[in-house]
Amino acid sequence: MVTSVKLCGIQLKNPVVPASGTFGFGLEMASVYDLNLLGGISLKGTTLEPRFGNECPRIAECPDGMINSVGLQNPGVDALVGEKVPALRKLYSGAVIANVSGFSIDEYVQCCRKAASCPGIDILEVNVSCPNVHGGGLAFGTSPQCAAQVTAAVKAVCADKPVFVKLSPNVTDIASIALACQDAGADGLTLINTVLGMRIDIERRKPVVANRYGGFSGHAVLPLALRMVNQVSKVCSVPIMGCGGVSNARELVEMMMAGATAVQVGAENLRNPMACKEIAQELPLLMRELGIEDINEIIGTV
Amino acid sequence: MKQSDFTVRENVRIAEKTWRMCLEGDTSPFVRGGQFIDLRLDGRFLRRPFAVQKWDSESLTLIYKTVGEGTREMTGIRPGTVIDALTGLGNGFDADASKQAALVVCGGLGASPAFTLVKDLLAGGRTVTVILGFNTAAEAILYEDYCALGADTRLVTVDGSAGLKGLVTDALAQLNPVFDYFYTCGPKVMMKAVCGAIDGPGEVSLEERMGCGCGICYGCTCHTVKGPARVCADGPVFKKEDVIW
Repeated sequence: MVTSVKLCGIQLKNPVVPASGTFGFGLEMASVYDLNLLGGISLKGTTLEPRFGNECPRIAECPDGMINSVGLQNPGVDALVGEKVPALRKLYSGAVIANVSGFSIDEYVQCCRKAASCPGIDILEVNVSCPNVHGGGLAFGTSPQCAAQVTAAVKAVCADKPVFVKLSPNVTDIASIALACQDAGADGLTLINTVLGMRIDIERRKPVVANRYGGFSGHAVLPLALRMVNQVSKVCSVPIMGCGGVSNARELVEMMMAGATAVQVGAENLRNPMACKEIAQELPLLMRELGIEDINEIIGTV
Repeated sequence: MKQSDFTVRENVRIAEKTWRMCLEGDTSPFVRGGQFIDLRLDGRFLRRPFAVQKWDSESLTLIYKTVGEGTREMTGIRPGTVIDALTGLGNGFDADASKQAALVVCGGLGASPAFTLVKDLLAGGRTVTVILGFNTAAEAILYEDYCALGADTRLVTVDGSAGLKGLVTDALAQLNPVFDYFYTCGPKVMMKAVCGAIDGPGEVSLEERMGCGCGICYGCTCHTVKGPARVCADGPVFKKEDVIW
């Protein structure tokens, strides 16, 4: 039975990848289970300079999901390549995916150049879809022209490493943005980031999260993510990491049938820290049940 | 951190909007007073974190207030119910920081996480003064329990319906207790006032709305002089001098 998949030549022992922002820098979970059970790990979103992020509260409970407005808190790319990745590499041999954000094209380029030069990083994931920072992130991911500009600029300094662009669902036509990224040189695509949402505290008559709006994720977004992954897979030829609402192996298989080569698990890690481990362990059993000999045979079959 | 199942043995109202839940399960991950447990409750996406008041080898007790939908529903959980829990979370108080005499200032539900700390302080041979502040007598909890431990315990209520009338800082000024280290747990404004009123060293237990409870989501970050810190994993207990209010 084959559970391994390939992303632009990078072998993943299975398609299970914790999504950026829901698994810290991997190190936090190393004492809980053996990280080598995971095909890849997408690290906490990183910017050129360290960031505090938004004020608290940053979290709101939602029906079948949650809102976060962390706002890209991170120690900066120098700490990523100098401390976090080397420490993770001592424990983990799977695919390490560095998630990178910026507030200008120049910042994306500088940050990606540093991350790409780090030998422990296999794949760059360029986040043009963070809904929680003003004047950056999402602003680059909502028009095909801007997304293509970022992609081309980053790819120009990261020729040796695969660059995945992480797309936002908060757009009119995700397929046109995906195509623009592919045409600009993206080696792959990750979708979807969180959906812009809101909760209101009716006693205080105020938004629950201090930043007013935040990114909605969790089980409830699964159908939306499946639809978008499917739409993009029909028009793009680059591999897709599907992300959004996956909480078990059955849903991972669903995401792969929709068109994903690897599957990121996000908010589920926050309610069940064992989620990725459980999915990786359930997958071979489910494949036997469904008569799947090689997981690659189901990618994009629907 | 450890994930394991706990069985509810008791879930009773003990004061105004205040309930006590006793849970049976593996308590071995708990090593310090002030640590917390994260419970996965039916119908809620995220877990709910609760400070643990006390534990023995097979069960633990937590005290919670009905502040939102999740905790209101929690009052309906019956004995025998099995709950998935993450245990041994957070750093907890450092009882060794006090050499001979400790002061513990609690407000409201803050009386719960400080309980095991006081037990440990007393077991280490220190004298302990505990100031418990509540809005009103109907909300008061654990006064007799602290007395039974052997701590010099003073009750304070804002409306004067039990004990001294006023704020915990009023009681502090009146009592003028002798101590070499202090601990405080309660509403942020109260802890800030306590830290402002005391010159000496101490520590505070912060609270924040959490996502994961175990340090992976960065949803509960606070400002400290050493940089951003996760309340769930780097705290919830911080040295007084490190906190930026």
